[in-house]
Amino acid sequence: MSVANTDHAHKPRPKREKHYYEDWIGKIYTSICVVFLIVVIISIVFFVASKGLTTFVKDGVSPLEFFTSGNWNPTGDEPAYGALPFIVGSFTVTILAALIASPLALCAALFMTEIVPGKGKRILQPAIELLSGIPSVVYGFVGLTVIVPLIRSIFGGTGVGILAGCLVLSVMILPTITSIMADAITSLPGGLRESSYALGATRWQTITGVVIPTVLPALLTGVVLGMARAFGEALAVQMVIGNAPHVPHSLLESASTLTSVITLSMGNTASGSVHNNALWSMALVLLLMTFIFVLLVRLLERRNRV
Amino acid sequence: MFKKAKKFPLLVTTLAMTVVLAACGSGSDSTGSGNTDNTGTKLSGSILAVGSSALQPLVDQAGQDFMEVEGNEDITVQVQGGGSGTGLTQVADKQADIGNSDVFAEEKLDADQAKTLVDHQVAVVGMSAVANKEVGVTDLTQEQLVDIFTGKITNWKEVGGADQKIVIVNRPASSGTRATFEKYALGQSAPDLQGAIQEDSSGTVKKIITETPGAIGYLALSYLDDSITAIKYNGIEATVENIESGTYPVWAYEHMYTSGDPNEVVKAFLDYMLSDEIQDTYVVDLGYIPVKGMQVVRDAEGNITEK
Repeated sequence: MSVANTDHAHKPRPKREKHYYEDWIGKIYTSICVVFLIVVIISIVFFVASKGLTTFVKDGVSPLEFFTSGNWNPTGDEPAYGALPFIVGSFTVTILAALIASPLALCAALFMTEIVPGKGKRILQPAIELLSGIPSVVYGFVGLTVIVPLIRSIFGGTGVGILAGCLVLSVMILPTITSIMADAITSLPGGLRESSYALGATRWQTITGVVIPTVLPALLTGVVLGMARAFGEALAVQMVIGNAPHVPHSLLESASTLTSVITLSMGNTASGSVHNNALWSMALVLLLMTFIFVLLVRLLERRNRV
Repeated sequence: MFKKAKKFPLLVTTLAMTVVLAACGSGSDSTGSGNTDNTGTKLSGSILAVGSSALQPLVDQAGQDFMEVEGNEDITVQVQGGGSGTGLTQVADKQADIGNSDVFAEEKLDADQAKTLVDHQVAVVGMSAVANKEVGVTDLTQEQLVDIFTGKITNWKEVGGADQKIVIVNRPASSGTRATFEKYALGQSAPDLQGAIQEDSSGTVKKIITETPGAIGYLALSYLDDSITAIKYNGIEATVENIESGTYPVWAYEHMYTSGDPNEVVKAFLDYMLSDEIQDTYVVDLGYIPVKGMQVVRDAEGNITEK
């Protein structure tokens, strides 16, 4: 502040100089932030990649074994590092959660925007925003206390497993998918709907024949972003899925995801050990999957614009 | 002028955050410096203890008290969790002053690294096999436990209990609790079985065992209560007396490792951990067993000798 004051006193033409000065402060400030952000992102990617690749390059674990073997036994006498159970688990819960959540989200979005726009939105929107604000450990605990015993009493067995995991996840990703879908439908030009009505179409015909096909890529963007969230969610899933390092035979059997095995084991393993590095390789797989999800969203957005 | 004034704090905050973040990365180079004041009695410095989440509440509590002891006003004790592996790695890399661990360093680190660390055993934690209340079994032999945890016995009726499928609630392979249970109760390592449940937190393990029919797992003594059945091991109950006398074998030390011999400040804190003030109060209250009461001593290989 004192620097600014003396500067001001020395300059005889304040008005133009001040703006010029302010412009520069703004530019420098944003540039520093952008550079900082880029450095952070590059360092994260570099860090995860270097740690994750060590497993294959230095520790000599074959990538073929890592991606295709179902035998995960890092503390055994003959350590085995097959991550297939976790990859299968992650993809299964993600896809199932998206299958459960997407139709619900689409209905909620249509209800808010097409069917009862005013009242529906006033009630449903805050309710859905509330869902996204609940911490994931709460979802996990509710899952463990409500969903797991429910599944146990209906289907028998232990109750933990992929089914419990994807039910918890589907609730968690519902707000993401719904709000993106609702935004997409709202942004549709009003003329399209009116033309449809003018041609004598009913509301359902308008929704199924005009609204949904037109915004389909944006709807899919919502689904993909929801899947990205489900793929990366750790805590809630870890509490209800059971975490056995095996490819499960049924939806009711204990299984693992990439995130759950990382959170379970990372703190207990010494950094630099093969076990720890193998966990970083799984983190790298997660990172690459996130890239793929983002890429998909970008492709869908491009299609949306045409 | 006003506009300019508004922007400055933002800029300063960002730069300050950058500096703070960078400082966080550099670890605790400046901590635990152990300066003795001119008076010769007053210690100053900071202590960073990282690691085992099982030991964290005890060290945290002791740290709070330690800072209030007269003459320690200039010492700060920081305690972080993160797991035994993290604690051992960070103390070996000199990023932390103390590494808290549930297992001997030799079991996690390679021999060269483990040799640089000095072990301070501050408490003993006993563990017991526990089962759901409905299984109808209260006593298992070592062979029966091995058969259960390796999947040879899959129904409780095979060991004299109810006709119920056995559900194993295990810890992750890297866990210190599991290592202790396998080493001293089973006497061998047990594989991860298909369909077995794995949870890391004792609270979750207890909740699942309480609610799941046929469930068996293992917990530290502080978690035992009426909601689950504590299973006797070869007919011996997991009590403090049996552990102290060495008749009940399933227990482990809680370790606080330092890299080389501790400096003055860290040594003062470790001495305080072993003082009666902590051993007779928090150690007992939090469900651990004081080391001084132990009549036997165990080394990293598991050999037991009379004290």
